[in-house]
Amino acid sequence: METKTVRFGEKLVTTKEFLAEGHSFCIGCGEALAIRLAMKALGENVIMAMATGCDEVTTTPLPYTSWRIPWMHTLFENTAAEISGIEAGLKILVKKGRMPERDLICVAMGGDGATSDIGIQALSGAFERGHDFIYICLDNEAYMNTGIQRSSATPYGASTTTAPAGKFSMGQVTRKKNMAAIAAAHDIPYVATACPSYRFDLMKKVRKGAELKGPAYIHILSPCPTGWRYRSDLAIEIGQLAVQTGIFPLYEIEYGRYRLNADPPKLKPIEEYLKLQGRYRHLTGEQIQRIQEMVNEDYAKLKEKVAASPL
Amino acid sequence: MSRRVALEASHAVAEAVRMADVDVTAAYPITPQTHIPERLAEMVADGELSAAYIPVESEHSAMSTCLGAAAVGARTFTATAGQGLELMHEVVYVASSMRYPVVMAVCNRALSAPLSVWGDHSDAMAVRDTGWIQVFCQNGQEAFDLTLWAFRVGEDPKVLFPVMVHLDGFTLSHVTEPVILPEQSEVERFLPRFQYPFALNPDKPMTHGAFGPPEIYSETKLAQEVAFRNSKEVILQGWKEFGDTFGRYYHPVEEYKTENAETLLLTMGAFTETAKIVIDDRRDKGEAIGLISLRLWRPFPFEEFRRTVKGAQLLIVFDRCISFGLGGPVFSEIRSALYDEEPRPKVVGIIGGLGGRDMSEDNFDYVINRGKEIAEKGSGRMLETVGIR
Repeated sequence: METKTVRFGEKLVTTKEFLAEGHSFCIGCGEALAIRLAMKALGENVIMAMATGCDEVTTTPLPYTSWRIPWMHTLFENTAAEISGIEAGLKILVKKGRMPERDLICVAMGGDGATSDIGIQALSGAFERGHDFIYICLDNEAYMNTGIQRSSATPYGASTTTAPAGKFSMGQVTRKKNMAAIAAAHDIPYVATACPSYRFDLMKKVRKGAELKGPAYIHILSPCPTGWRYRSDLAIEIGQLAVQTGIFPLYEIEYGRYRLNADPPKLKPIEEYLKLQGRYRHLTGEQIQRIQEMVNEDYAKLKEKVAASPL
Repeated sequence: MSRRVALEASHAVAEAVRMADVDVTAAYPITPQTHIPERLAEMVADGELSAAYIPVESEHSAMSTCLGAAAVGARTFTATAGQGLELMHEVVYVASSMRYPVVMAVCNRALSAPLSVWGDHSDAMAVRDTGWIQVFCQNGQEAFDLTLWAFRVGEDPKVLFPVMVHLDGFTLSHVTEPVILPEQSEVERFLPRFQYPFALNPDKPMTHGAFGPPEIYSETKLAQEVAFRNSKEVILQGWKEFGDTFGRYYHPVEEYKTENAETLLLTMGAFTETAKIVIDDRRDKGEAIGLISLRLWRPFPFEEFRRTVKGAQLLIVFDRCISFGLGGPVFSEIRSALYDEEPRPKVVGIIGGLGGRDMSEDNFDYVINRGKEIAEKGSGRMLETVGIR
């Protein structure tokens, strides 16, 4: 049975692994899966810049590496600037005849902290300058590498170590920063959201982002068993529920046109998503209701944009 | 045939970058560095230089972009000053630790607060431990020469360290001087094409920038220090080759009228030329005084320095920076460098020229007189300064 499954997939996806075994991601990590799939979609002709974070420390403790592609890490907040240099460097070396012309994909990856907080300036600069690269944000909704501190991508109501739920606090009281909208505001060719629970959708989007000329931004929800406090076999289910409840809709913005990639006829109640995760355990019925309203509002707003986009 | 032209020192740096046929320049404008990136942008726009000019959104990104470009094998250059150097501070460390031979011109500027766009050496001193090869320029010719030389040395496969060329903000960066420009063919003879041995390439995947657990971090740092010290050999060889090609020879410690000098004044950067006038006057009057100027700041030229000051009774160190709670940073390093020497000169430190405060000949006269006085009677003051009310 298993062999058959592999064969079926073989026609659609390469069996090569670019993120090698032996890394130290947590069991049940959605981010590891997202990276593995993204790398399969990108293939071997890539050069990657990665921000400091879980994905960097789990894959490269000197003298080991899990990367079978050329890979570079320097700091936390500068990955978009680094990939700008890589892209511009390759281009000029080809132009000057110092390097043979070839199709190389410049890819940058960072977590939600590296992307929507500390690295947002460098990312905005790289978008504005129009470098030909794809930026993948692996959003696990907090600073997980340093121990679950809140970020601007932490959702309303979630408990983290720096915005903990307590007698006088419900945890995060701010709304999740809409990074995809910020990316789209730069008028770049391609912006998309994805989730490893929907693997073909994810790979298709990564591929598309890489193929389009100019900057592309893929925002991937990456369920985190450690930070979200869920059972390690639930990563896929939680990702599916994030989409099916509408708290993390799958959509893409191609040259300004919005398209929903999964639009269930009826959204599941948000409680189904929240109740599987320890980070929401403290929420009262009223607070859950408030989150439900927020999800409904945001989803309606998104649908308006989709409706306003010509096919 | 070389040409002698009038050039602003900033433009002399840009000219060296052009003749080095740099591939990528990423820079963010900051006074008093602006004339360098402006000129480079102009050269790219006019097709005089085939390079990517990347107008980044900060100095942090300027250096980060250079790292990315260097990692794929591009010859890279950036320039900054003062606050800009501070903003990119953490990236400056990474450049040397990851052995990317970026070349950077720093138009030395004071640090805030209060805000000051004018010159001193506070920015340079704040990055002295970052593992960059660092040199100081005294005039426009040196700004050109040392920028060209920086690529030759930094990119040498035995070195692979970034190089910082310091030129004083305004007092040098904005001054127009006669500069001798070589022929392009001479430059090409001196400076081979950059062949980065570890360029990122899918045909031979490499990991740059893995993290260092405690079992290995110390070893990486020691290896870096050993390689950095060993770069001295290529630094000297680079200056020899430079002299043989262009006729101008440079040394880690530049000496001026030091023969039989009982008193030595030590300066760095553009004020050295003002100090030389004072030395001339005093020599004419029969005073046994000379001047030394630290050209090579890192790696610190212990051997040359000790040899140069041997026999002197007094060494007066002029600092353009305060290390708060310590005093002059150059002064304290010089003292430590001489501690094991027997006999060794007395060392006195005097601070001045902060935030664009001029240092006139009179000021240097005061520095020497006061230095001698302190050497004889000691200083009752917490901190010795010149030209500060």
